[in-house]
Amino acid sequence: MEKNPDTDPRETLKTLPGDDVRQIMWRYQDRYDLQMLIQSSRSVARGIVARLVAEGARNSHDWTAEKNALLPAFDAAGITTCFMDPQQGGFIEGPKNLALSLVAMELAWVDAGASTCSLAGNLALSPIHERGTPEQRDYYMSRCVPPQNGEQRKIWRGAFSLTEPLPYVGVETGLLSGKVSIAEWGVGQEPILQVEKRARFITNMGFANFTTAAVESADPRIKGSCIIILEETDPGVFDRGVPTRKMVHQLSSTNDPVFSLKVPASRIIGGYTVKDGVIHPKFNHSEIIEAVFRRTRVGVGLMTAAKLLSAVEPIIRYHRNRFRGAASVNPGTPRYDQGLQQKEDCLQRLVDIWATGEAAASLGLAAARLFDELDPVEKIKDQKFAEQGIAPGMAQMKAFRGISKQALEFISLAAQPAAERDQARYEALKTDAVVQYLILDSQANVLCPATKLWNTGHGANVMRDAVSLMGGYGITEDCPGFLGHKWMDAQLEATYEGPEAVQRRQLSVTMTNEVFLAVFRSWIRELRLIGTERPGIGADTLATAMELWSWTLEYLQKNTDAHGAKLYHGNRQGVSFPLADALCWLVASRSQILDVLELAAKGPANTVVAEGLDGLVNFFSDLCAVQAASAAGESARICAESVYGYSALPAGPGGKGPGDQTDASGAVTAALEPFVRLRIKLDASLAGSRLAKDRAAEALTKVMIPEALDYPV
Amino acid sequence: MPTSYHIVVCGSIVPDPLQTLEPVTTPTGPALKNELLLPAVLDPWAGHALFEAAHLAKQHPGSKVWLVSIGPKAKLQQVMMTVAQKVPFELIAIDGPAGGFTESAEIAAALAEAIQGLPGLDKSRLLVFGGWESATRGAGTTLQMVGERLGIVDQFQGVDQLTVRPDGSFQVLERIEGGRHQVSSCGALPALCGWATGNLPEPPNNPQVGMLNMRTVMPALQRAKPTKISNEGVTFPSVSLPKQRRETKIVKDMPPDDIAREIVEWIGKE
Ligand SMILES: Cc1cc2nc3c(=O)[nH]c(=O)nc-3n(C[C@H](O)[C@H](O)[C@H](O)COP(=O)(O)OP(=O)(O)OC[C@H]3O[C@@H](n4cnc5c(N)ncnc54)[C@H](O)[C@@H]3O)c2cc1C
Repeated sequence: MEKNPDTDPRETLKTLPGDDVRQIMWRYQDRYDLQMLIQSSRSVARGIVARLVAEGARNSHDWTAEKNALLPAFDAAGITTCFMDPQQGGFIEGPKNLALSLVAMELAWVDAGASTCSLAGNLALSPIHERGTPEQRDYYMSRCVPPQNGEQRKIWRGAFSLTEPLPYVGVETGLLSGKVSIAEWGVGQEPILQVEKRARFITNMGFANFTTAAVESADPRIKGSCIIILEETDPGVFDRGVPTRKMVHQLSSTNDPVFSLKVPASRIIGGYTVKDGVIHPKFNHSEIIEAVFRRTRVGVGLMTAAKLLSAVEPIIRYHRNRFRGAASVNPGTPRYDQGLQQKEDCLQRLVDIWATGEAAASLGLAAARLFDELDPVEKIKDQKFAEQGIAPGMAQMKAFRGISKQALEFISLAAQPAAERDQARYEALKTDAVVQYLILDSQANVLCPATKLWNTGHGANVMRDAVSLMGGYGITEDCPGFLGHKWMDAQLEATYEGPEAVQRRQLSVTMTNEVFLAVFRSWIRELRLIGTERPGIGADTLATAMELWSWTLEYLQKNTDAHGAKLYHGNRQGVSFPLADALCWLVASRSQILDVLELAAKGPANTVVAEGLDGLVNFFSDLCAVQAASAAGESARICAESVYGYSALPAGPGGKGPGDQTDASGAVTAALEPFVRLRIKLDASLAGSRLAKDRAAEALTKVMIPEALDYPV
Repeated sequence: MPTSYHIVVCGSIVPDPLQTLEPVTTPTGPALKNELLLPAVLDPWAGHALFEAAHLAKQHPGSKVWLVSIGPKAKLQQVMMTVAQKVPFELIAIDGPAGGFTESAEIAAALAEAIQGLPGLDKSRLLVFGGWESATRGAGTTLQMVGERLGIVDQFQGVDQLTVRPDGSFQVLERIEGGRHQVSSCGALPALCGWATGNLPEPPNNPQVGMLNMRTVMPALQRAKPTKISNEGVTFPSVSLPKQRRETKIVKDMPPDDIAREIVEWIGKE
């Protein structure tokens, strides 16, 4: 029977979305390896991890025996091995960005410190994995695989030592005090190096057997800087130092270690060449750091996303049960049945938290999948460049300049209908790995910092709101779901692996890349089409907000402030940083919409998901609309402040000053008219977004939740 | 007596016990509200049987374990992402309804037919395992009928322990009242055991075991034949949840003796 939209109630959310739904939305429904890894990580998270937190293990800074039990639990569940390739003892083929991200989320659902503990081992290996020689890779990766059946050996664990005591390495990674010099260099023999490194806030240092340390040359016979591998049995000092008195992530070990060791030069990551009696490390420390962080930061952003999503169930339960048991509150009364869910604000704030969590998860997982796509293409690109003798660094940048024209051409061809474009040219560019690399890379360079910045920074703010919704309980250790801990932990996620300023700095460069901007314009067109097909999902609002952002960026790049100073400029963080923030809101909202469309498209083929699909898609679409409205509002505010904020005050009796954007009547000048039109269009496009929020809030009063949380409190 | 076994475990899925279970009436009879949407787990009783089977097989090289499951295919697949990581087995999946409102005689017939059809099954080495009851129905009828249909007369129910003696015969401990066990000897196969909890802990997840199992689990799910459970002639005059009260209290650091005392007091009040 046909549905009558006027009389039939709109289907809505029936139960909390389960794995079968997430597998479709987050695109791993055909990946059984990942589905199993999620289940095994979950049992660790909701088992030993949750018990540790509930028993108060977070109340000490030390790496205790109880906390140490996490490590074998990670090993047994495949969490340690999932970073490795099959030939090293792993069980996942191919790129592992999505796999690692999903593990990070599962663990952070309960405690992000445990998540960090598992990820930090990978972080230590990442320099070796990304830039190590094949021998270094096989040697260290296979030692970090837990012993298999019957094997008699100790598993190795690593730490990544970059940050140094003040006043050295922090955000500014160039300010190195760690030093490397030549201790012995016998004729025809491998040089022995003396490494001096003090480090600060090093995760896993309480138990690591080796560390990858950033150091600079203190010897004319070594060029530049490098990252070098130090082992606990090397001759000299391998002092783990004191535990950091941190207030967050206490299920990870953090120390300030001191190293003074002699190691062979073969420990330089990536190897070295000798020219005229000088050791040239193949990669300097910055090149390695860039390759490492650009992948690992995604997982960190997803930790905060998981926490936001994990807050939904405990908050609903708390609100529903809030008055049950009171003498005057009888079963069957609204107060008994609905509790605090009678209050609109409780519901609508939770809608915001949920919507933010969805957007953050969608953004981070889109970034992780993008890296999975990028990794093999990058290898082909590296190979091609090597064949052509194009070295990494400046030479590569120069080569890219020519290729970016082809990338732009491909993006433009891809936007045209297949029948109307030069199909042969399109196919040629499509199979050109370097062109495709450039296009994917331009997106990865935005999505990764956006995930790290927005998920953790804005996520921490929203986590605070989640804590508020639990009242006083929220800031106690007894809060179901450990929401108070999670709020505080989010601040660390915003800080380590590069604080927000680092991400904003990166974005302020990468978001102006012409290839990215061309991709961005194709996203706007795509959202317009989505808006026509699914008017209620917020795609039109978002498309307009993106147009406004594009317009603003161009305006800021071309114009000056009231004093005639350039607006968009590397040092002018007051202009570029907020615009980077605005972009994050937009890309997060876009990813969220795309994931809901994926669910709507693929859900019907799964009989289980199909059962409640209409309601679920309606609800998720409402969350998208809510989030798109927030994103549009936030980014439009930033755009308006940036466009108007640097012009002089409206002309007073003294006449116009330079940069004044209004005419004598107070109306804006012609140059700003497009901006004004876009803002009006944007405001009008918010139609229905609050109704969507009302519906989503109403759904929260009906949704079935489990009787109790599936991990201890 | 053989030294290696063909162990066929019958077991399917049930809603995760933490979920809110609410009986509703549908045009096709009673059901649980949103049952298909709720997360499911392997029926705990069948789970014990499976882990005991794997344990026995491991001790007796050359043995093989099958898991025969009737359930909605997509849900079975989801549950396999956990179960397949625990112990090695080969899955035989049958696409059909699982739950408390299916007629156990029909389920038993479908299970027996599937077992009969197992290629290479050696009845002289056959042990049929399953839960002595299921967490959804709790009637304790299915497995007996499976045994009858397969002509297996040596049946044990409420089994907590099965030990192979040096001469190859079995000692079986079956639960009886008062926390005691009936001890039986079994000298020949085939035999059937409806397991209670057994003694083994739930094996931890290991994705590497899972990856191996998946090579047969996924094809089995793709091959899963639909079976029709018509429930003909079955009527349900009324449906209600078991009378139980959940009283959750969060206390920390309470000594076990005090917990025991409080539970006894609480039971006494009923
Ligand atoms: C628990 C924990 C675990 C950690 N684990 C590790 C680890 O395993 N390995 C490791 O090497 N490090 C680790 N770190 C260190 C972490 O990565 C650094 O703390 C972080 O990179 C910031 O450096 P900093 O603390 O020196 O901050 P600073 O460099 O002093 O920066 C402080 C603030 O100043 C501002 N700022 C600084 N520079 C700029 C700029 N250029 N533009 C604009 N604003 C700026 C920003 O607001 C910034 O947040 C860990 C830290 C903690 C707390």
